Amino acid sequence: MAYFIRKLVLLLVTLVLVSLITFAVFQIIPGDPIRIMLGPEADEARIETLEKQLGLDKPLHEQYGKWISGVVTGDLGDSIRFSRPVSELIADRLPVTLSLALMSVAIVIIVSIPLGIYIARRHNTLGDVIFSSLTQVGMAVPSFWLGMLLMLYLGMTFSFFSISGYIPWSESITGALGSLLLPAITIAIPQIAISFRYIRNTIIEQLQLDYVRTIRSKGIGERFVIYKHVLRNAMIPILTVFGLIFAEVVAGTIIVEQVFGLPGFGSLLITSISYRDFPLVQGIVMYITIVVVVINFLIDILYAILDPRIRLG
Amino acid sequence: MRNFFKIFITFSTLLALVIVVSACSDKEENSASKGSDEDNGVNIRINNDPDFLDPHMAQASITFQMILNIFDGLLVGDTDGSLQPALAEDYTISEDGLTYTFTLRDGVTFHNGDPLTVEDVQYSFERLMGVETGEALSSNFENVASLDAPDENTFIITLKEPNSAFLSYLTALHSAIIPKNNDGKHNEKPIGTGPFQFSNYSPENNMVLVKNENYWKEGLPYLDTVTFTFQPDDQTALLSLQAGEMDIVAVGSHRVPEVEKDFNIEYQDSNSVLLVGYNQLKEPFNDIRVRQAINYAVNKDDVIEAAFSGYATKLGSNMSPAAGEVHKEGLEDAYARDVEKAKQLLAEAGYKDGFSTTLSISSHAALYTNVAQVVVENLKEVGIDVEIEVVEWGVWLEKIYQGRDYDMTIIDFTGELSPYETIERYQSDASGNLFNFSNEEFDGLMKDVLTESNVDRQIEIYHRAQEILSEDAAAVYMADYQIIWALNPKLEGYKLYPYFFHDLSEVKWKK
Repeated sequence: MAYFIRKLVLLLVTLVLVSLITFAVFQIIPGDPIRIMLGPEADEARIETLEKQLGLDKPLHEQYGKWISGVVTGDLGDSIRFSRPVSELIADRLPVTLSLALMSVAIVIIVSIPLGIYIARRHNTLGDVIFSSLTQVGMAVPSFWLGMLLMLYLGMTFSFFSISGYIPWSESITGALGSLLLPAITIAIPQIAISFRYIRNTIIEQLQLDYVRTIRSKGIGERFVIYKHVLRNAMIPILTVFGLIFAEVVAGTIIVEQVFGLPGFGSLLITSISYRDFPLVQGIVMYITIVVVVINFLIDILYAILDPRIRLG
Repeated sequence: MRNFFKIFITFSTLLALVIVVSACSDKEENSASKGSDEDNGVNIRINNDPDFLDPHMAQASITFQMILNIFDGLLVGDTDGSLQPALAEDYTISEDGLTYTFTLRDGVTFHNGDPLTVEDVQYSFERLMGVETGEALSSNFENVASLDAPDENTFIITLKEPNSAFLSYLTALHSAIIPKNNDGKHNEKPIGTGPFQFSNYSPENNMVLVKNENYWKEGLPYLDTVTFTFQPDDQTALLSLQAGEMDIVAVGSHRVPEVEKDFNIEYQDSNSVLLVGYNQLKEPFNDIRVRQAINYAVNKDDVIEAAFSGYATKLGSNMSPAAGEVHKEGLEDAYARDVEKAKQLLAEAGYKDGFSTTLSISSHAALYTNVAQVVVENLKEVGIDVEIEVVEWGVWLEKIYQGRDYDMTIIDFTGELSPYETIERYQSDASGNLFNFSNEEFDGLMKDVLTESNVDRQIEIYHRAQEILSEDAAAVYMADYQIIWALNPKLEGYKLYPYFFHDLSEVKWKK
């Protein structure tokens, strides 16, 4: 119990610190949200009125004070760029980015774990050499270029895939898959390369340890050795890598959403920063902070499940 | 293995959860209706989201490109730039140029079914002027003395001082007519009288309009739905066009060969002015000889070739030929490229060995970087050493445009329907005068033209004003670049305007 309370307090402290840092950064960088939105030909009277209506004429610390007192009551405020509640914008984007991230991670897991095991057992064969060099390519490919290639060769050939825009799950499951699968693969490929290498190396390492020789000498089948013992022991380091990969995937969505024109979190974040949309930036940063802290927390718990020797606390 | 499955199952469950949750939440509003001739809709690519849906708050040309399909003004700018009656069937201007009397069109209804009344017209102007709130939404109407509605069909605007540019403020671009009973909701649920009515806006995704069955122009529009899809990436937009997902997409000039065979291509003079500006309060740009030297040094043909593959019109002053007869011809070659002359002028100004300076440009469009590279090479030849500084759009607006803290910059200004609005920023005290340009004769002309009622005389004044900008080398006026539209070849009825407007009222699918 003490463990959970400590984690919760840590989360709150992190949130306050992060919001203060974001606030400080906004005080330093130049740029005015209304002017950025309306452009150089904007009517001065309109700018003045809008700034007054949105409370942007007040000093920034007052704006922050207003924002934080709203947050305490559960109101994240309205976005300046989109004139809508921040919480509504975030809730709208969540399914897109979350589906994209989870699909990518699922693809990474489905492909890299079996492939890693398979190649590890054929260590130093031709297949190993080929796959290991392919991963080098996979890691080096920039995602925007990969996205373009997939669009060009898969998107243009099969009408199942949509090249641009997002179709919600509620409207059509196949439509949603069609709009998310290509970007998910785009994000997954470099991550598959990374995790494949890691899994392969970890398993090769494990296979050379004494306990494996002992089990094998007992005459236990190779399959059982790999799946029951080696994989379980390899899981702790692999899990650490997957924690990192999840973070990479979330970062990857930012670029890929731009390329595929998906209305997700990443594009929202970029827009909010370039438009100096203070309430929206704060809302998104808060949200990302919570996700990162929670994921780390879940990974901690998974460690304990996988390896009973690890105690939470 | 069990544990591997555990993780796998956790993720799959999470994924399934997302699918279920989003499937349950009622999201009909998100429908991305793909345009096609089957459902009688079109899908148009737009680079960016609208700034506001409220036509009295919106400013970006990208917004009006879309929402002019929703709203009407008393007048409308036609394809040739002339002003034509819209919600006002007719109008008269008094001899002294102060009283504008409008006869409202009969039988016009708003999208919510209510008839258009003179109260709505009055409300729209009062809202822009901030009569009730004291906070004006537009400074165009500061010159209005009174608004009157003597009867149901007549609306009278009285000015304090004559203003020959006033009529141009009466289109939906500056004063859309909106219903009084929608007060407070104009931004969430905009209502107008245009050919299409607002259906849904999904930020960074799309905006959907549907047919206005009771549009006051008999028999129009033809389309049932119009979807504007927000796609910031040019490359993806082009692929979507080729895959048949989008029907109207603007393509870059260097991509024309890829699309000209399969699509209808329309070239629109954007009526914009791309220029190199310099800060004329700063040395050495306060010296007219230096400014002229820069004008002689920059090769406009190079710029047009490099940045627009030739799809641009060369300019000589702050006005595009797209503006019509008010554009002064013959200025584009006033500073034909002449390296020797440029060097000589620099020597006379005391910069025999040239000088170093900084060219600050915004990063939000590749256009500026492309043009800057050509300009820098051109200037190097006459001994001016230019360093390019790329800043974010927000920084550009604050530091360079507002703060006027810069040496040189590159920007393009969108042309307005009114020539006055197009060049008014060069007045010494204009808020948009980022050049710090100052010329007494110019200031005087701009005051005179407002009180001048004779149209021919107005044109003469505007011609002279453009000459002054050229003579004084107020900036290096480079080009009005064309916007190149690739359209689905089965579409017809698309019209081009000298301002940003996707007029879809007459667009239809060929049988």
